[in-house]
Formats: sequence, C-alpha cells, structure tokens
Amino acid sequence: MKVDLEDGVLRLPQNLVACSECDMLQSIPVLPPGGAARCARCGHTLAVDKPDSLERTLSLTVAAAIVFLVANLSPLMGLSAVGRHASTTILGGAQEMWLQGNEITAVLVAFCTVIAPAIHIGFMLTVLLAVRRPPAPSWVGMLLRWLEWQYPWAMIEVMMLGILVALIKIAELASVIAGIGMYGVGILMILFAAMKVSFDPREVWTRIRWANGEAPATVASAESTLSMETGP
Amino acid sequence: MSTGILTGRKLGLVLCEACGLLSRPADINEPGHCPRCDNELSLRRKNAIQRTWALILAAAICYIPANIFPVLNTITVTSAVDDTILDGVVLLYTTGSWPLALIVLVASVVIPLAKLIALSYLLLSVQHGSIVGSHERVKLYRLVEIVGRWSMLDVFVDTFTVALIQLQPLMSVKPGPGVIFFAAVVVLTMIAAQTFDPRLIWDAGEDKEGSDD
Repeated sequence: MKVDLEDGVLRLPQNLVACSECDMLQSIPVLPPGGAARCARCGHTLAVDKPDSLERTLSLTVAAAIVFLVANLSPLMGLSAVGRHASTTILGGAQEMWLQGNEITAVLVAFCTVIAPAIHIGFMLTVLLAVRRPPAPSWVGMLLRWLEWQYPWAMIEVMMLGILVALIKIAELASVIAGIGMYGVGILMILFAAMKVSFDPREVWTRIRWANGEAPATVASAESTLSMETGP
Repeated sequence: MSTGILTGRKLGLVLCEACGLLSRPADINEPGHCPRCDNELSLRRKNAIQRTWALILAAAICYIPANIFPVLNTITVTSAVDDTILDGVVLLYTTGSWPLALIVLVASVVIPLAKLIALSYLLLSVQHGSIVGSHERVKLYRLVEIVGRWSMLDVFVDTFTVALIQLQPLMSVKPGPGVIFFAAVVVLTMIAAQTFDPRLIWDAGEDKEGSDD
C-alpha cells in the first residue's frame, strides 16, 4: 500500500479499509466473481464478491419466512407411552420451562429459538426491500446494524442439534415421533446458512443514505471523507 | 517482522464496527459518531480488557453451580432422580449413543471451560504486551467466537425434554436449578467474546516497533 503526502494533504488509495480484527490498512482489489480478499496480516476475510447478492438473499429470506411459520405452528415432536400421547412446538418448550418456574431460561430459549430468528427474517426482508430503489433512508442502516449484532443469538442450528439429542434421549423411555416442525427447523437451518453466505452487507451500505444526510457513498464522497487535511 | 505496517490507529483513521466505513475524526480519542450509520465510533472497543475480565469472572463463578446442581429432575411413580449435566452425558453413553454423549460433553463441559481459559489467556497476553504468537492468538479468538454459541445445546435439550415428558403421574421431568446457571455461563462467555477486541493482540507489536525507531 502506498500513501502519498503532498502539500499536507493525505491522499489515501480508494477502497482503503482497516481490517476489523487487526486494524491494518489495505486496499481491496477488484474481486473476480466469487473471489474473496483476506487481510494480509491476520487472514481475516475483508470482502467477498457475492454475485447477485441482494436478489438471491431476498428469495432465500422469503422462503425462510414461510418455513419459519410452518416450523413454529406445527408440532415439533410427539411422544406415545402407555396409551398416552403428548406433543410440543418450539414455543411450547419455552412455555413449559416458564410454567415449571424457570422463567429466565424460558425467555432465553424463546429469544434464541423464535424471537431472534423472527427479527432476523423481518429485518432482512425490510432492508432488502428498502434498498431495491436506492438511496434508501438512513433508518435502514439502523436495522442493518441491529441485524449484524443479533445474528449470533439466532440459534437455529444449535436448536436443531438440541432437538435431535432430546429425541434420542427420550426414545429410550417412550416412542417418539418427529413432527413437521422438526423438518421445518432442519430446512430453516439450511436457509439461514444460505442467507448468511449470499448476503453482502457492503453492497447494502452503498445504497443507504448517510446518517449525516449525504447521498450514499459514491467514489466521490468516499474520497472526501478520506482526503482531509492532516492538520498541524 | 511487521515493519512498516500501517494501521488505522497510526494514521488517525477509525473503522466503524457497524458499517465498515473508515473515517478520519478531528480527535482520534473522541471520534464521535460514524457519518454513514451514526454508530458510536471508538478506536478500540471501550474498556475491552476490564469488561471482558468482569464477564469471564462472573461466568467462572456460575460454572460451578452449573455443574453441581441438577439440570433435570425426573419424577416417576416410585422415584425422583436428579441429573446434573454430567449425569446426562453418562446416561447417553450407557444407552449406547456414545457419539451424542461426546457431543454433549464437548458442548456443555469442555467448550465453556476452554472458553474461560482461552479468553483469560488472551487477556493476560494483551495485558503483558506480548508480541509473540499473534497469528495463533487471533486464531484462538476466532475459534472462541464461533464455537461459543454451541454450548447452548444443553439448555435446548433440557427444554425439549421437559416440554415433552409431562405424563403425570406416570412420569414427568422438571428443570433443576442448574439450568439457569448453565445458561448464564453461555450468555456471559458469548458477550465476553464480543467485548474483547482482537486488535489489542496486534497493538503491542506496533507499540514496540514504534519505540525501537
């Protein structure tokens, strides 16, 4: 990387970024389709070219919304023992925890299995629809910030493994039947992973109006932010 | 080794952690808000070391009752059995599903403990200004970040077991006091991993380099 100091003005290369994990400054080259840029020092992925990112993610998110509803409204698994039958849904699990006096755990389980994934799908849909016609208003950026922050708390794949372990444990005691909800969670798990892979937040940011009222980042506005006087 | 590496800190450039915009505030120590997304900017995550220590300590305290107290209480007509997390692992093992027993053991016992040790080591190394093994340390940090959420596994297993086995009076399962402590360990260590700033790992090397000039 080259930095020119001319007439007290710091000229920085375009596409300059600081690695979010080691702070090293470097510029991102033009990426081939599907290519990725990694930090020269720490190896952190700086940027990935994701072809047709917004359209693909939108269709995956619509599919996820439908599967999410099915997974939550159908029974997850049922149990038959000595002529009795019982079944539960995802929220039913949290509800039973609450009724048994473990309210905090119930809320946590409800958040990680239902609320956080629902927020994820809802915000993702809103963001993707809002940026179809740039420039999108700056509140879209707020949703995007929230999306990134809460992503680790939407634990679809951990829940899936939890359901399987519970199923096998209970199978020792009674006969269990996997419900439609369980297959729903399985599909939802795949859709969430696909959404994560296809979504490129960098592209979304270039379509959102800046919080300070500026138009979305074009080359010119990025230049004006970076090429300021170094000062005394 | 890393001679001449330019960082945002050296040039007075601050990266917005929310949207990735690099901006040049008038005062690097009071960078204000990101012009693009209005997120509060800071050169490094605020009080990262103190906050992460506090969270790790709280998690370590909760780790003990999480493993001592029962997480499930199985009531049948003739008996009432308390099971801790480890009892659950043993039960899975004795009923023949050792791969599952291993998964639960790793997710519930090994990972939380390993996370506490790994984060403590990262904090100590940063506090002592260590400049060796930065690549290994940053890999360790990424592992902690990725693997952490899988510890929630046992909380979900317990929840669905409780939800399904309610065949009173024949057999019913109640959650034990261990669940809430265990959930606390997972949540606290997850937040601790997000509070720690991996850039601190690299800062020491640059500071040393700077003083050599």
